[in-house]
Amino acid sequence: MASMKQRVLAAYEWLEHRLGLIKPLSEAAAHPTPENNASWWYVFGSAATVLLILQVVTGILLALVYSPSANEAWTSLGILNHSIPLGWYLRALHGWGSDFMIAIVLIHMVQAFLFGAYKFPRELTWMIGVGLLLLTLGMAFTGQVMRFDQDAYWGLGIGASIMSRVPFIGAPLVHLLLGGPIIGGATVSRFFTLHVFVIPGLLLAFAFVHIFMTLKHGVSDWPMPGRLVSKATYEREYRELTAKTGIPFVPDAAWKDAVFAAAIILAVMACAFYFGPFGPTGTPDPTIIQTVPKPDFAFLWIYALLAFLPTSVETPFMLIMPVLVIVAMLLLPVFAGEGERHWARRPVAVLMVSVIALTLGIFTRLATYTPWSPIMDAWTSAPVPAKYLHNRTPLERQGALVLQDKQCRNCHSLGNVGGQRGPALDAIASRMTEDQIIRQVLQGGGNMPAYGNALNPAETKALIRFLMTLNGNLTPAVDSSRELTHAEQTQPPQTTQPPMPASAPKTP
Amino acid sequence: MSELLNHPDEPSQSGIDAPLPDAKAALHSRRAFLFKLSVMLNAAVGAVLAVPLVGYLLGPALKKGSNTGSWIVLGGINDFPVGETRLADFRSPVASFDDGDTAKVACWVRRISDRQFQVFAVNCAHLGCPVRWFAQSKLFLCPCHGGAYYEDGSRASGPPERGLFEYRYRLDGDSLVIHAGDMPTLATQASCKQKPLIQIDPAGNETASAPARSRRWPA
Repeated sequence: MASMKQRVLAAYEWLEHRLGLIKPLSEAAAHPTPENNASWWYVFGSAATVLLILQVVTGILLALVYSPSANEAWTSLGILNHSIPLGWYLRALHGWGSDFMIAIVLIHMVQAFLFGAYKFPRELTWMIGVGLLLLTLGMAFTGQVMRFDQDAYWGLGIGASIMSRVPFIGAPLVHLLLGGPIIGGATVSRFFTLHVFVIPGLLLAFAFVHIFMTLKHGVSDWPMPGRLVSKATYEREYRELTAKTGIPFVPDAAWKDAVFAAAIILAVMACAFYFGPFGPTGTPDPTIIQTVPKPDFAFLWIYALLAFLPTSVETPFMLIMPVLVIVAMLLLPVFAGEGERHWARRPVAVLMVSVIALTLGIFTRLATYTPWSPIMDAWTSAPVPAKYLHNRTPLERQGALVLQDKQCRNCHSLGNVGGQRGPALDAIASRMTEDQIIRQVLQGGGNMPAYGNALNPAETKALIRFLMTLNGNLTPAVDSSRELTHAEQTQPPQTTQPPMPASAPKTP
Repeated sequence: MSELLNHPDEPSQSGIDAPLPDAKAALHSRRAFLFKLSVMLNAAVGAVLAVPLVGYLLGPALKKGSNTGSWIVLGGINDFPVGETRLADFRSPVASFDDGDTAKVACWVRRISDRQFQVFAVNCAHLGCPVRWFAQSKLFLCPCHGGAYYEDGSRASGPPERGLFEYRYRLDGDSLVIHAGDMPTLATQASCKQKPLIQIDPAGNETASAPARSRRWPA
């Protein structure tokens, strides 16, 4: 047995004498790290790396079957899902792996920010990390295009529409993005190139540099309130701390990384197994317009943001804001490279993370039910609550029909059913007077189109009569000047209804 | 590197027979100069190599956008009843061999009168999602962010900053012919305003749809 061991040792010596990589790598793995950062808070970077490797492996396996052509991509996804054994599972692993990777990268970033780990001498490590975040999001967007379905098609349209807003070079940029005048074969080819060659290459290179720099400067020590980072003393202090309390990274600290990475991979596998792959949704045929395109989870907040921006600031916001945010993230360690690291002494940092997380969370939540979007089939599918039709005159019931027929329900809800773009109409008559309702319906205003051309006087009258019954058991809104007018006339009002407005435009 | 290459010519590499420091410095400066020269040579070769590569990469962007596209028959005018707006589709005249179904394009055709039409792109002027026509309320509605347009394509409400994109059309006997090319976006089709696109075809034999456009822009 001894000779066997000796032979193995001799083989190792032979290999290492020529390769020269094993010894330095194992030395790097066992480098001493301060005891206080062998923490469960320091496991996210390694988990992100493991997820990256998972994505590379599953991506290569998917590429064995996937056909990157506008003509065939959608069909090949169906074949992966249904015909290739375990193809569905590979697609699910890749899709869920992507969501997990974005989440872990974001958590890793928040941790590095709150722990002040981006400060001297790790400024460049942070900047490379910003690049890694952007590349990860780039993978997510191009990956969404690889799942070449309706959402991918119209998502590309949205990307092209944003590009087209760039002044002067909008049209060339659109053509560059799409690879031609329309979304088609060239578009899928170039997004495949980005998703499979360009971005992964950059991602691996950036990750290598990121990890190399982490080894060079050591994993940041646990922040202590009042222990300030100073360029003059930090590195000496870190060396002293490492000398005093250092433990070998492998195995003393790395076992937590390994356990967490295993847990994450297990979670990806569980999600992939139970929830299955994402899509594809309908075939990418642009003549099928009965579709409600939506981006993937990571971009839902942008989708929501674009619904709320006022028209006048939308283009500048779209084009300038991303640049500002990226520059701010890159320059953060330049302007805050020294000083306090502990979150308890950095209230602005904590506030920023809270506000940004809350904002992204709210916008993402909003985008899951898109209250700004008309519900296209509400006018035929949403019922009028029966209580709104009880004891109503024929004219009022006719108004309820007009309300349905003119698609008002696509944007307005009754009994919580219907679109939410406009206000709910359940108690509209308690908020608006009859005159105000007539004016709003016929002339529009705010987010409401004018219906003067779409309603004839009879329909208008019926609709208004119906709307006036919707006072939600509250006192109907009245124009206060009306009573004065009536008082002047010293005649009791016959009816609250005004003469049909002469302003009602004729139908064309 | 140079030392290794020069090794066979030199009697020994050890310090005993090494050239005098001056001679080594002279050799060094010559080799350093040659290295710099080779770097410059590679820069020049690299530039010559890069120009066509960049040209290839930017190829789609360098094409003149307004020149792409052509006239294409959408159908007989009798397919479109007067006073109605109907969905039509055609195969993009700029489609490529591997576009598949993505080369199909949908558009909304509004027949105003016997010989007067409007042909709208389905792409919302906000971010390009497909708008749907609702005949009862005479509105186009966008499912993405709630953009709304009136029957003449002008902006009604919501985030779009302008009306729907319109294709140019002409009537060739009894068939409706439209000019299509680029996917309409704010930059690649702006013919909604009075300014016409640069045309290859003579403008004379075309029924201009310009008067119908931009008339109903909200103040």
